[in-house]
Amino acid sequence: MAITLTEAAANRVKTFMESRGKGVGLRLGVRTTGCSGMAYVLEFADEIADTDHVFEDQGVKVLVDPKSLVYIDGTELDFAREGLNEGFKFNNPNVKDECGCGESFNV
Amino acid sequence: MALLQIAEPGQSTAPHQHRLAAGIDLGTTNSLVATVRSGVADTLPDDAGRHLLPSVVQYRAGAEPRVGREALAGAVRDPLNTIASVKRLMGRGVADVKTLGDQLPYAFVAGDSGMPRLHTVAGDVSPVEVSAEILKALKARAEASLGGDLVGVVITVPAYFDDAQRQATKDAATLAGLNVLRLLNEPTAAAVAYGLDRSAEGVIAVYDLGGGTFDISILRLQQGVFAVLATGGDTALGGDDMDRAVARWIMEQAGIGEDADHAQMRRLMRDACAAKEALTGADLVPLDVELMDGSHWQGELSRAQFDALVAPLLRKTLNTCRRTLRDSGVEIADVSEVVMVGGSTRVPCVRAAVADFFGRAPHVEIDPDRVVAVGAAIQADILAGNKPEDEMLLLDVIPLSLGIETMGGLVEKIIPRNTTIPVARAQEFTTFKDGQSAMALHVVQGERELVSDCRSLARFELRGIPPMVAGAARIRVTYQVDADGMLSVTAREQGSGVQSRIEVKPSYGLTDTEIETMLKASMDHASEDMEARRLREQQVEADRVLEALQAALVKDGEHFLEAAERAAIDAATQALVAARQGTDHRAIKRAIEAVEKASADYVERRMNANIQRMMAGHEVKDFE
Repeated sequence: MAITLTEAAANRVKTFMESRGKGVGLRLGVRTTGCSGMAYVLEFADEIADTDHVFEDQGVKVLVDPKSLVYIDGTELDFAREGLNEGFKFNNPNVKDECGCGESFNV
Repeated sequence: MALLQIAEPGQSTAPHQHRLAAGIDLGTTNSLVATVRSGVADTLPDDAGRHLLPSVVQYRAGAEPRVGREALAGAVRDPLNTIASVKRLMGRGVADVKTLGDQLPYAFVAGDSGMPRLHTVAGDVSPVEVSAEILKALKARAEASLGGDLVGVVITVPAYFDDAQRQATKDAATLAGLNVLRLLNEPTAAAVAYGLDRSAEGVIAVYDLGGGTFDISILRLQQGVFAVLATGGDTALGGDDMDRAVARWIMEQAGIGEDADHAQMRRLMRDACAAKEALTGADLVPLDVELMDGSHWQGELSRAQFDALVAPLLRKTLNTCRRTLRDSGVEIADVSEVVMVGGSTRVPCVRAAVADFFGRAPHVEIDPDRVVAVGAAIQADILAGNKPEDEMLLLDVIPLSLGIETMGGLVEKIIPRNTTIPVARAQEFTTFKDGQSAMALHVVQGERELVSDCRSLARFELRGIPPMVAGAARIRVTYQVDADGMLSVTAREQGSGVQSRIEVKPSYGLTDTEIETMLKASMDHASEDMEARRLREQQVEADRVLEALQAALVKDGEHFLEAAERAAIDAATQALVAARQGTDHRAIKRAIEAVEKASADYVERRMNANIQRMMAGHEVKDFE
């Protein structure tokens, strides 16, 4: 399995990384918090930890720590617009149910 | 599911706790809202992709007011209920507004607090309420774009806005349901947008040429703090004047007389504006103007011709720059960065003239209409806690000194101008008379030495001071200015702990020209003020000496003084009373010294008697 990005997501990440001017890649992960168990982490990464799994898709390095990977392996990161709002979306095949807003989830 | 943004390392938020923040440029003509998403700061468009929201509100009977472009359309049809340029009224009193009256078509009604209200079909509204409608529209746009409620906003205000105008802006935000993280000076925001706050130090000139106003601000950056050295400008000079110059030229070329009707003039202004904008990218634009008789005049306008037409306007702005630089006390060579703000700075000859004047290429990379909002968004993002702690917080300064009235109508400055905020400063004062139980405190703003030449902000009283001899009470007066420039004053008697406090919300404000005038007056009158201060100081000292001496004489004058001695003291006292009436502080000082000399023996005898009384019954070792 792996982590992948849609073309839209990859383009946006590259733009954001460029304007930020530093960083080695994008960190995806989960934290045990939120109204129904887990919450996604989406951050710029300035360094790669020894234990990180590193995926590369369309020129974007995606870093995932081993504890998080089991929850999000197979995820496709998408960039979407909903009305005026726009942002990233996790298409995560491991999710069984999520809270109403989808910000936290269970596996 | 919810849409996520990329956070800085370690700054991911818990679900439903996004620290959504926005920066708002609440402008005279147009307003904007911007935010930082995935590390990028940009303005937010509406659903038709337009970033600028016209700062116009149209009130309707029995319906919600219209804001923005829809309201703008109403300006022609329904001018009395369509409020534009409300920023010019923020924090102003009825008297201030009257001086603007000629330019504004609205029906003003005086409110209870001296704040003007505008009469509309939906009832009377205050400028604060009108601004709140604009802010509500921006809030709705930001929340729709971010998918959640805003935790706070940074709103920009002109550097010359005084406390009243700042407070009015904050009130409007509160009314719109916005939490103001801080107010930020517009030129400072523009500098932040370019990341200039990250350089160590330097002098920054911000040249802001909008549609109808021109502002130049000279900022000094020192250790991450922006100080406004000077501001200058013209509230009636901008891109509209360029359009007018082009329209006049077309009229000459096409043989259109001064008798052209309204519709013809509006078409001309529109064509002129279009030609100006086209010349930003082209060297020559064709013109096709419809005349009143339905025929067309065709011609062309070259960039060189256009540059010649607007040259007088540019010279005016550069003269203002020169004056403002002189006020700020820095040389052109000291200016390390120049930032361009306002749509009219897109015009190539404006950029060239500014580059030539300052001897360096100005920053133009960020859209000049949006740069202020972008800077505010960056600041809001930091204040909302989305950045690691080492990102510095930039500070602002107070524009005029804050002081307190002391005896004789003198001003004691507690916080000098250009002090960075937030700040708290305290000073101790004491009582003037024996048994004084209350003290009146008068808070003033300004640079002059006499209260009558400064602006009165507030008065309040500290009561319940325990009876003590004059000079024994210790009253600590603390001035505190928060991050938005709001002042609160506390007075506390240190011995008994009685205290009194006031929040300063002045009823109405000063214009930028008034602030300038006040600053200038303080320099022009420096020596005069010094003389006045010396005179008042000597007068106060004379009163103190006379009062203390009289009190003593009444008590034990008979006991300690021979008739001749008493006569000498009385003569000196009378001379002092006479000198006190005059305006020569040196004469008063000499008279005080004469009284002190004449009464020296008497004072010594009293003191010895007092010491003997105190020591009676004590042995020397009690005092070791």
